[in-house]
Amino acid sequence: MNSDVKIRCRNLWKLFGPQPEAFLQEHGGHPTSEALDEGGYIGAVRDVSFDVHDGEILVIMGLSGSGKSTLIRCISRLNDPTAGQMDFDGKDLLNATDAELIEIRRHKMGMVFQNFGLLPNRDVLSNVLFPLEMQGMARDEREAKAREMIELVGLTGREADFPAQLSGGQQQRVGIARSLAVDPDVWFLDEPFSALDPLIRAEMQDEFIRLQKVLKKTIVFITHDFEEAIKLADRIGIMKDGQMVQLDTPENIVLNPVNDYVAEFARNAPLDRIVTVGAIMLPEKGAESSQSIDASDLIGDVARQVLSSEVPFAVAHGGKIVGSVGREQMLDGLYGPEGQ
Amino acid sequence: MTHPLQSTEPVARPWAAPHLKLAQIPLLWQFAVIIAAGIALSALWGGALRWPDIWVIPLASWITTFFEWLGNDAGIGGYEFRDLTRFLADLLKQPLRWAEYVLYRGVRPLDLPPVPWVAIVIGVGILGHWAGGRKLAFFAAGGLLYLAVFGLWRDSMRTLAIVVVAVPFAVVIGLWLGIWAEKSRRAASVVSPMFDLMQATPHMAYLVPVVILFGFGQVPALIATVVFAMPPMARCVMLALQTVPSAITEAGKMSGCTPRQLLWKVQIPAGKRILMLGVNQVVMQTLAMAVIASLVGATGLGQKLLTSLQQLKLGAAVEQGLGIVMIAVVLDRITQAWANRPTDYAARGRSWAYRHRHALSFGAVLVVSVLLAGIFKEVSVLPKGMTVTFGTQLDDAVRWFAKETYGVIQPVRDFITVNMLIPLRNFFLAVPWPIVVAMVGAAGLRLAGRGTAMLCMGLVLAIVLFGFWEPAVLTVYLVLSAVIICICIGVPIGIWAFRSPRVARPIMAICDTLQTFPSFIYLIPVIMLLKVGDLANIVAILAYATVPAIRYTYLGLKRIPDVTIEAAITNGATPMQRLLKVELPVALPEIMLGINQTIMMALSMVAITALIGSRDLGQEIYRALPTADTGRGILAGLAIAAIGIVADRLIQGWANTRKKQLGVK
Repeated sequence: MNSDVKIRCRNLWKLFGPQPEAFLQEHGGHPTSEALDEGGYIGAVRDVSFDVHDGEILVIMGLSGSGKSTLIRCISRLNDPTAGQMDFDGKDLLNATDAELIEIRRHKMGMVFQNFGLLPNRDVLSNVLFPLEMQGMARDEREAKAREMIELVGLTGREADFPAQLSGGQQQRVGIARSLAVDPDVWFLDEPFSALDPLIRAEMQDEFIRLQKVLKKTIVFITHDFEEAIKLADRIGIMKDGQMVQLDTPENIVLNPVNDYVAEFARNAPLDRIVTVGAIMLPEKGAESSQSIDASDLIGDVARQVLSSEVPFAVAHGGKIVGSVGREQMLDGLYGPEGQ
Repeated sequence: MTHPLQSTEPVARPWAAPHLKLAQIPLLWQFAVIIAAGIALSALWGGALRWPDIWVIPLASWITTFFEWLGNDAGIGGYEFRDLTRFLADLLKQPLRWAEYVLYRGVRPLDLPPVPWVAIVIGVGILGHWAGGRKLAFFAAGGLLYLAVFGLWRDSMRTLAIVVVAVPFAVVIGLWLGIWAEKSRRAASVVSPMFDLMQATPHMAYLVPVVILFGFGQVPALIATVVFAMPPMARCVMLALQTVPSAITEAGKMSGCTPRQLLWKVQIPAGKRILMLGVNQVVMQTLAMAVIASLVGATGLGQKLLTSLQQLKLGAAVEQGLGIVMIAVVLDRITQAWANRPTDYAARGRSWAYRHRHALSFGAVLVVSVLLAGIFKEVSVLPKGMTVTFGTQLDDAVRWFAKETYGVIQPVRDFITVNMLIPLRNFFLAVPWPIVVAMVGAAGLRLAGRGTAMLCMGLVLAIVLFGFWEPAVLTVYLVLSAVIICICIGVPIGIWAFRSPRVARPIMAICDTLQTFPSFIYLIPVIMLLKVGDLANIVAILAYATVPAIRYTYLGLKRIPDVTIEAAITNGATPMQRLLKVELPVALPEIMLGINQTIMMALSMVAITALIGSRDLGQEIYRALPTADTGRGILAGLAIAAIGIVADRLIQGWANTRKKQLGVK
């Protein structure tokens, strides 16, 4: 993973209420939950700091009302944060003028919405080319680009259809094509698959993974579905009551939840698809087996091998043997340590 | 986002000293105290019954003087205000003149004939086909054919000319105002209550200042029409912009729209359906106003109808009234169909000619009919010999019918008037005004909070102070009598429609059609059957205002969740128990909103019934027209609006609270 910071957020606050700025100052920029309640304010985003690295998929997960939608609207500046700092490509995003903001959105940001947000009066083609039209791109050029995007999301042949003639999944493909039309650096997805039924949702998730393999965008992805987060994320940020409770890799969140709230999500997580061999191995190298497995393998992929073997496997990492995994460790890894 | 802000539940403190709060005393007790105190007060002070004339604030005459000054002397730097009104009038005169040229006069300067009536009839049919398909095409053409065949063509076209010119003006101004109000909160806080007031003020009150500033005739009618028809458009614009799904607006922003692009390329297209319904309302209001504007000398069908009514030529009145109804229904159906017109997906990829088939065929009809008109005069203007009228026969029939029924109706009418209406009227007139002010205040406080209570009390007090108490009481008496009967008729019909889906369709269709009739029309049968008097007024109001009571009852019942009714059935409720204990209570807020609507319509009809004689606020407006007593006319109109606003706020306050309790939307 390239660790260049694309978006940098520090101490971001978003309060809803009568006079949020004044209220925040009054409480020294750090009101407690009780103070918020008393003053009649809603702390949608409270003192959130994080970085989004170039080319990573950062999934922000939380239940409804946890502030995740407000957070992504702060980063895309659809909502103005009450306080905090935010840099985009090293440039101050919060103090960008309206004109600068429009420029940034026209070239560097794309966003997909839960309820699609398609323009009902435009067909598929002119929905997809809409952001290009706003830029003032020439007609032929924008149509060609839009057709390219439509092909990318697999909707070729439906260019002349209107949103109302498409299924939910197809509509979201249009939304995705539109958000990618300007070839943005950063791609925001706000619960893009939540309005779809489960089968279509799984299909769209796979499609998303396929697209990202080709595109390698920097992505901020919002969801309320922990399994979706696990499936897609490089890193997951878990939000509760406006605060970022934990921000880590899926594996660490599952194995080392910071509190009971996070542990509750992790409880039913498909461990075999998250945990790597490196996390469950014993550090001793005395494995008798001549076979070895890699520390970065998912345990689900090697479980059958390990469980059917009488002797523990050696674990290799970077060409060196770093530990061993036997039946006992594998069972703990798959089903959690005994007694839990 | 839900949030436990503060608990609104009252905290029970049984140990606290009993300490009476106003809100804890039942409203009826409060009323009893108020009535007792009011009666005592009026025994001591005659002014409580009749506000002394010398204490009346002469606002009416100030306004009159102001308008006289405005019309005659006002000016800045050599330019008189009169010049401005003249300029405005000239500005509107041009498009109106051209509309008249095209529709019926012929373009005199160019020596061109008007568009042949045949072309207009077929053209409206084509418009109907474009908007709503074949059925609407035949209906629309048929409606216009009626106008031609019954010799109403020229007058209809006069009325239509006003409509055709007023609609674009009202739509553009309304669009602009609506966008402005939606963009700036300050603008909204000014514009929104102004629209409330404007929509509660009866049509006729608009005519009064217009006459002073612009005189009599077609152009003043046009101006009053534009002013009257604009607020519904502005409201629809505000609603349309507010209801654009946030995802669409956000998608527009994230696509890099400038604010202007966002408005015109995203929000306005997305709100198109509501905007088109606004256009429909503008068209209907325009037509209603164009008819009433005959009082300030607008020519056309309305004026013909007014004359027929005044001369008691009821046969002719029926034909002309039907003509107005035809225009109204045709315009309503076409604009509604236009608003709901689905995008023609199939037309994509077809030839240019196919996509423009309606315009092309109208062009062809126009050319052929103009050519034919050169040879056959009948194509251009239908000669009198070829029109029919059943005016005299109808007159005789109506006269015969009235004579036959009058023997039955007269005693009934007189009995009701003498034994019910007059005592009721006298009772109303005997109520001391402080009682009304206090009761309105108490009800407002209970139903909708302090602000509403103050507003309502202030409005009632203003009516007293400006010297409109007596006509206002007579207005309330007429409206209340009519509304009670409306409820007795409307609610059962609504229930019937709800219970029997088979009758629901025709009943709702009739309601839709009745609502498109300009209020004027309802005077015809009333004069036929009841001549004049309080009962005639009440029946006219009732005929016009029952529809919302029916419609909202039906819709309110219809919106009850199925589970609620199923629960009642499985709990063993008989149909009657179900109705009384479940359905009506749940639907009551919605029904109350219907009654609210009924009151508003009744108030606007009150002004119209002044034409057949009354002593209420409507009469004050009507009398102000020829005597140029602007202040009286405007204030009487505003007094009607004030009554409407008081009723509206109290009922809405109750209905909204109740809806929240019931958890219905």
